Parts: sequence; structure tokens; C-alpha cells
Amino acid sequence: MQGSTVSAKTITANTRATAIARAQRMAITGLAYAMLLGLSALIILPLGWMLTASLKPDRMPIFTVPPQWFPSEYWQWENFNRALIEPRRPFLQYMFNTLQIVLGNITGTVFSCSLVAFAFARLRFRGNEFLFNVLIITMLIPWQVLMIPQFLMFHKIGWYGTYLPLIVPSFTGNAFFIFLMRQYMRTFPRELDDAARIDGCGYWGIFWRIILPLSLPVLAVCVVFVFLGSWNDLLGPLIYLNSNSMFTVAIGLANMVTRANTDWNLLMAANLVTMLPALIIYFFAQDKLIGGIASVGLKG
Amino acid sequence: MAAFPTSGAPRASQRPQGRMAREEERAAYLFLLPWLIGIVLFLIGPIIASIVLSLTNWNIITEPSWVGIANYREMLFEDRKFWQSLRVTLYYTILSVPLYLTAGLAISLLLNLRLRGMYAFRTILYMPAVISGVAVAVLWLTLLNPDLGAINQFLRGIGIANPPRWLNSQTWAVPALVLVGLWGVGSGAIIYLAGLQNIPPQLYEAAEIDGASPWQRFVNVTLPMLTPTLFFSLITGLVGAFQVFDTAFIMGGSRGGTSGALNFYLLNLWNEGFRSGRLGYASALAWVLVILAAVVIMITFRTSDRWVYYETEPEKR
Repeated sequence: MQGSTVSAKTITANTRATAIARAQRMAITGLAYAMLLGLSALIILPLGWMLTASLKPDRMPIFTVPPQWFPSEYWQWENFNRALIEPRRPFLQYMFNTLQIVLGNITGTVFSCSLVAFAFARLRFRGNEFLFNVLIITMLIPWQVLMIPQFLMFHKIGWYGTYLPLIVPSFTGNAFFIFLMRQYMRTFPRELDDAARIDGCGYWGIFWRIILPLSLPVLAVCVVFVFLGSWNDLLGPLIYLNSNSMFTVAIGLANMVTRANTDWNLLMAANLVTMLPALIIYFFAQDKLIGGIASVGLKG
Repeated sequence: MAAFPTSGAPRASQRPQGRMAREEERAAYLFLLPWLIGIVLFLIGPIIASIVLSLTNWNIITEPSWVGIANYREMLFEDRKFWQSLRVTLYYTILSVPLYLTAGLAISLLLNLRLRGMYAFRTILYMPAVISGVAVAVLWLTLLNPDLGAINQFLRGIGIANPPRWLNSQTWAVPALVLVGLWGVGSGAIIYLAGLQNIPPQLYEAAEIDGASPWQRFVNVTLPMLTPTLFFSLITGLVGAFQVFDTAFIMGGSRGGTSGALNFYLLNLWNEGFRSGRLGYASALAWVLVILAAVVIMITFRTSDRWVYYETEPEKR
């Protein structure tokens, strides 16, 4: 009799304890969701505001009290057309120009970095360790020191005002991407190379038929990084390009901002269009991209 | 720097021998060729040229003439813009780096909770990092509009009658840029998140058995285990802060904002070199930046063995 009361008491105490724990957990979960939603709103609302502004007719002010975070009244999609083909600053042309630079950079980087990374990761040669340390050191050299002498060099050989200074250096590799690819290529078993050699493959064959196809995931990460980097670059084009018909989107936007009497709705439309390719690529590649970034942070 | 393990192949000290080995070596250098050419053409050459240039007064148009250390002397003793740009850059560094580290860490802790829909939150919070600096700056230019921008409307809404005039004010221009950077802090959080997920769960279990409170677990397990990641972010954060250009260019204009409040170091360098055409002087500016950055990074490395915790010695192979 007495025993059963005790156990009953313990049980109620236990259930009360679990109830408290559960309430605590729920409170924490609720708080976490509230914070996550708040942070997400801070990201999404400004983007929504930008879309709203870009869809407004010219006579409507883009600034309102309170701010209109999402489009509701005005849907003037033709603003995008106007922003893109305005003859004084042909944004569509800028996008096409930027794309040329981007594709050049992607080709150059993938071509050169994969070759170099292959040598570092899979081949035996004297000076491997030394050269690899050189590679690491070059990652730490700020490119600002190189900016002016490189400019003079390209100016001298007549490349000023062309895309060549923005593309050609990528064909000589980039320390960061070489490092990333080399780390990846090291993970394959050595037997692969040996088997290929027995089958009569030369070093080129091992690279081209075995290692490169296996490295596609890391190549994809690099392609995305290169895309984002050169699509968003402002300083390089600013230094080397001198004619309106060759400008990139970054310069186009900068020029729109600094002009007096900016048409804000068109500026916001152009801005949105500039963001779009990067965002689209991000949504398709985010897993690999975030994984790639995270691994760099750990291995660095 | 930690020693980086070299190729998975045999030790580098083991000299390759024989015809096969020589062939392999020749192949290796052929594969390395693009990079080796680049090192000479785009790195060593320009570095040497840059040292020489910084001792001349070259401006492309006239013949360069040797001026010795005059550029450096002018910079240190006469150039007010140089000192201003240095102040602006350091002010930004001191404000932004600790803030971004803390905020990134806090967000990563939030993202590390096991909750439904976390994937979506992660996607959204990382999003600003992929948008170009120029586009982000253009967007924030409108949000920070002192009269009608969303930020000041909010501040007035919570009872601040005279909110800062942000980019129009000399005091608030740099904090405004810090705020813009804070919008993209999710990218840092992703790196911490990877660090967090690499902490062995046994450590938490052991701490829990020992009766450690959540706070104690954070201070004694999470933080020490995360210090290598924090260190990496500190270095990249410092380097990034020295190189601010795009945001300043858009938000303050090419001349560096209201009375030079946004005259960042790199912007000043660009103006001297490519606007005023003083390429010799700008080269000297570049070298001073490199030396400053090197000193700051070296100090950070020096202090690192006091606070960065490595569970095992970095592997040496």
C-alpha cells in the first residue's frame, strides 16, 4: 500500500519533470525558429523591396512610408526591357560582355588548374614540396602590388581596352583553385594510375581519361566560384576597359548610380538582373558550393 | 603556417631513379608549365617591377625618373589623404572584424540546431554572399537613404527621432558599410557550421556526464574546438577588410564619400594610380599596404599558439 503511493508520487514527479523538460525544449525551439525567421526576413525583405521598386512606373516614388516590401499595386515588367536595352547604357550588351569574360575565365582556370593540380597530386618529381610551398605563399601575396605593374605590362603590349588582361592570366592557373583540386585529386587510390599505365596509358592519358573525369565534382565547385568572382568583379574591368560598348554589368551599375537623377526603378531592375545569374547558379549548385567553402575553411 | 602534406606519392626526399622516373619528372614539369609561366610573367616580374616603380615618379606619359624614397617620404609626412585612408580602413577593420566573427558564430550555432526546415534557412542566409558587392551596395544605398530609407524609417518607428544620416555623415559612413557587410555574414556562418559539425559528439556526452551546463559546454568544448576555424576566419576577415573597394566605390562615390569618410586605402590607391596617373606613387602605396597587412597577419599568427587549439599536432608526412 505504502510502496504503491511512493511509486505513484515518483511517477507524477517524473512526468512533471519530463513535462517541464518538454516545455523548455519547445520554448527553445520556438525561440530558435523566431530568430531564424527574423534573420531570413532581413535577407528577403530588402530583395522583395527591390523587386517592388523595379516594377513601379516612373511617376511613382520608390520610397514610401512605410516601405512596400512586396509588389502589390504596380507590375510594370516593361521596366526590365527598358533597363536592358536603353541605348546610352546597353545593359543587355554589358551582360553579354561580362559573359564573354566569365567564359574565358572558366575555360582558362579549369584548363590550367587541373593540369597543375594533377602534377602536384599524382606525379613524382624533384621539387614537388618546394613548388607546393611556393604555391601556398602566392596565395598570401596581395594582388594589389601586382595591379600596377601588370597594368603597365598589358598597356605596353597593347591589351589596354581589350578583354585579354581580364582573361589571359587565368590560363596560368590560380593558386587557390589548384590547391582545392589537388586536395581532391590526392584522394584517389594510386592503383588507378598503375592500372592505367599497365594498360598502356601515358601520363596525359592518365590525366585525361582517369583523373579528370573523377574530378568533375571539384571542377564544378571551381567553375561556380570563378563564375561568381568574375561576374561580380568591378576593379579589374574598371582598370582595363575604356569604352562604353565593352563595359561589364558591374561598371554599368556603378555608372548608373553615380549619375545625377538616377531613374531608381530602372536602376533597381538592372540591379536585380545583375543578381539573377549568380542566384540561379547558387540555387542549382548550393550543396556543392557550400560544401566546397566549408572544406576550405577546415583545411586552410 | 602548418606544414602542408605533399603528394600522396612517395616522400619527396626519395629521389626518383631510372628512365621511368625521369620520364615522369619531365611529364610533371610539362603539366606544371602554365603555372610556372604565370609565376614568372604575372608574379615575379610584376613584383620586381613594382619595387622599382615605387622608387620612380612614373606617370606613363613622361619618362620615369628615379626619385629614391621620395614617394615614401611624401606619403608619411605630407600626404593627408594617405593617413585619412589608413584611418578609415583601420576604423572599418576594428569595427567589422570582431562583429562579423561573433555574428557569424552566433548564426552558425543557430543553424546547427536539429530543426525541420534548416536546409531552407541555410540557403536563405547564405544568399547575400553570392550576390555581387556592387549589387548589394546599390541595394543598401536605397535602404540607408537618410530621409526615406527603410532603416531610418524603422529607427524612427522605435522612437529614435534623429536617426544617423549614414552615408551623408562623416561619423556614420563607416558604420553604414559595416552594416552592409553584416548582411552577408551568413557566408562566415557556413564555415563555422562545418567546424561545429566536425566536433566529435563524444566530447559533449562526456561533458554532460560531468554535469556541465549548456554554457559550460559551449565555453569548454565548442569554443576551443572551433578555434582553428575562428583563426581562419580572422585571417581572411583581416585581409578582406584591407581590400574594401566595391562597396566604398558605389556608396561613397569614386572620391571616397562625404569629406573622405569612405576614402578606403584601396580606393585612394586606385585614385592616385589610375585617376591622377601617378603610378610610381601608387606602387609605393601598394607596398605600404602589403607591409601593413603582413605585419598584422604575422602578429595574428604569433598569438595563435596561445589561443588556437589543435587536437593533434598537424600531421607531418
